Amino acid sequence: MNSIKKIGVVFGLLSVLVSCHDKSKPNYQYMPNMYEPVGYETYQEVGISPTGSEAMLPPENAIPRGWMPYGFENTIEGKELASLQVSPLDSLQRDANLKKGAELYGIYCAICHGPKGKGQGTLVKREKILGVPSYDDAGRNITLGTTFHTMQYGLNSMGSYASQMNTEEMWQVSEYVMQLKQDLTK
Amino acid sequence: MKKVTYRNRISKVLGFSLLAFLLTTISLFAQVEVAASTTESAADTAGGDPVQGKAIFNQNCATCHKLVGPHTGPELANVEDRLAKEGLDREWIYAWVKNSAKVIKSGDVYANKIFNEYKQTAMTAFPTLSNTDIDNILAYTAAPPPAPPTLRTEGPNGEPVASSGISNEIILWALAFVFAMLVFMLMSVNKTLRSVLQENGVDVEKESPKGLPLWKAFAKNHFLVLVSVIFLLLGSAYFAYGWMMQVGVDQGYEPVQPIHYSHRIHAGDNEIECKYCHSSARKSKHSGIPSLNVCMNCHKTISEVGPATLAEGKQYGVDYNKEIAKLYEAVGWEVETQSYTGETQPIEWIRIHNLPDFAYFNHSQHVEVGKVECQTCHGPVEEMEIMSQFSSLTMGWCVNCHRETNVQTEGNPYYAKIHEELSKKYKVKTLTAAQMGGLECGKCHY
Repeated sequence: MNSIKKIGVVFGLLSVLVSCHDKSKPNYQYMPNMYEPVGYETYQEVGISPTGSEAMLPPENAIPRGWMPYGFENTIEGKELASLQVSPLDSLQRDANLKKGAELYGIYCAICHGPKGKGQGTLVKREKILGVPSYDDAGRNITLGTTFHTMQYGLNSMGSYASQMNTEEMWQVSEYVMQLKQDLTK
Repeated sequence: MKKVTYRNRISKVLGFSLLAFLLTTISLFAQVEVAASTTESAADTAGGDPVQGKAIFNQNCATCHKLVGPHTGPELANVEDRLAKEGLDREWIYAWVKNSAKVIKSGDVYANKIFNEYKQTAMTAFPTLSNTDIDNILAYTAAPPPAPPTLRTEGPNGEPVASSGISNEIILWALAFVFAMLVFMLMSVNKTLRSVLQENGVDVEKESPKGLPLWKAFAKNHFLVLVSVIFLLLGSAYFAYGWMMQVGVDQGYEPVQPIHYSHRIHAGDNEIECKYCHSSARKSKHSGIPSLNVCMNCHKTISEVGPATLAEGKQYGVDYNKEIAKLYEAVGWEVETQSYTGETQPIEWIRIHNLPDFAYFNHSQHVEVGKVECQTCHGPVEEMEIMSQFSSLTMGWCVNCHRETNVQTEGNPYYAKIHEELSKKYKVKTLTAAQMGGLECGKCHY
């Protein structure tokens, strides 16, 4: 009986040791003042900021690097005006632009609009998001300019993609979408 | 040893045919029911095929309209009946769908009322839809909403799950019973043997004479003490080393996040690209946490999960709909009015992957130039219900990968020149990251 007690004590101690490991807590560190940053890190909690977070909204009318101010308003008239825009990209670099556009389209658009732009992406096939039109839909008559305009502001259920791509990238995607529309109407 | 392939062939064939029989008969009955219900509703709406209507509805209308519940536009269930109460007939609907702007301009009272009610969002004109198409859509919207599908106890391959669970339980109980029987039998055998011995006059209870205690005998044998001390020291050194090496390593770190976000559903089931949400991994040192407007790209429409997903959530003890509600609260989105209230609050996500301050790591360098898959370092994220740290993120781990990984130079103009020169220098065809200077101290520590 005595030996059973002893074994029990050993196992009890072991289980106490093991249960100390908590997956939801970070591990100990040797030299925290070497590990932890002195400067402010991205998304860090800081006392000096009014929101308490390092990440803050930029001041009004600030334009981030890589983005250009967009001259058209998010209205029906604005969209009509925007539909006449021409691509500011270098037409000599068209192949490279289309390649980049195709890559970005695969990341951001194909999940709903489908790899060919028919409106049959994975989310549509799984009936998570519905009503994604095909690019060759005659009622919509999309142009290079409206494609860019829609990405800039979003339309109906579609949100704006201006936070994920910069101006040049959105033009590259627009050119690729026009290419897809051309292939669909062939 | 011979491999027995078809041991349970007959029983398997029988089982599968039974399963197939059951499944097909169920679907047959279902088809009969569906057919019956469609004929009924078709009669109700005077022409129009609700099945075709559903396809057209999903393709064109569902962008802005739900059958039940608010969206960009009004809900469409029984829209014809509701319009009839306003004194508007089917001709009005035809005109509206084909070109709503024209109806509004003509000064129609109801058209202007609904236009202003929905923040003057113009409905896309559908000149391509024929009157029959619109009849079909109306037939679909008039059909009674489908009953919420009852949860079937079936696995992903259609095999019943519940039965296997029951059989497991039965096996466990049977085993427990057998063990109890064994214990009982041993005790009774012991009892009878003792009684037999007592009858024969043998004294079982007699203790053997006490000799030297074991620990004293052990202490007297110096060699044995030396050996065991060495073993003890070596053993504890081994464990101490192991413990000290894991200090500062957060492999498996799995904090509870403020919103239960399932990578399994988003990246796994729905196959959303990693870089859709973590777009800054393409061009920044950090692979940022997406701002909430990125969530709202999809969750503006997806305000609740499907019944199958909801059932999956129960396995993890999560109500996904409540988690989406938390998102709406943080971003300030009101489902009823389909608008932002402007009252936002930040979500305090807990950072999992964190390198010490003295090590530099750049995501865009690896993702965009090196073309490394996200999963190489972050593991099978698309299978993780709760995100956890997959790799150790130690220096040894970094160095190993730099030694073993060949740099992807094909179609990668970034490396065109340096690759040529270095492969001449090392006389090799493929270059590892280490050969390109990926082991230099100053590359990561400065």
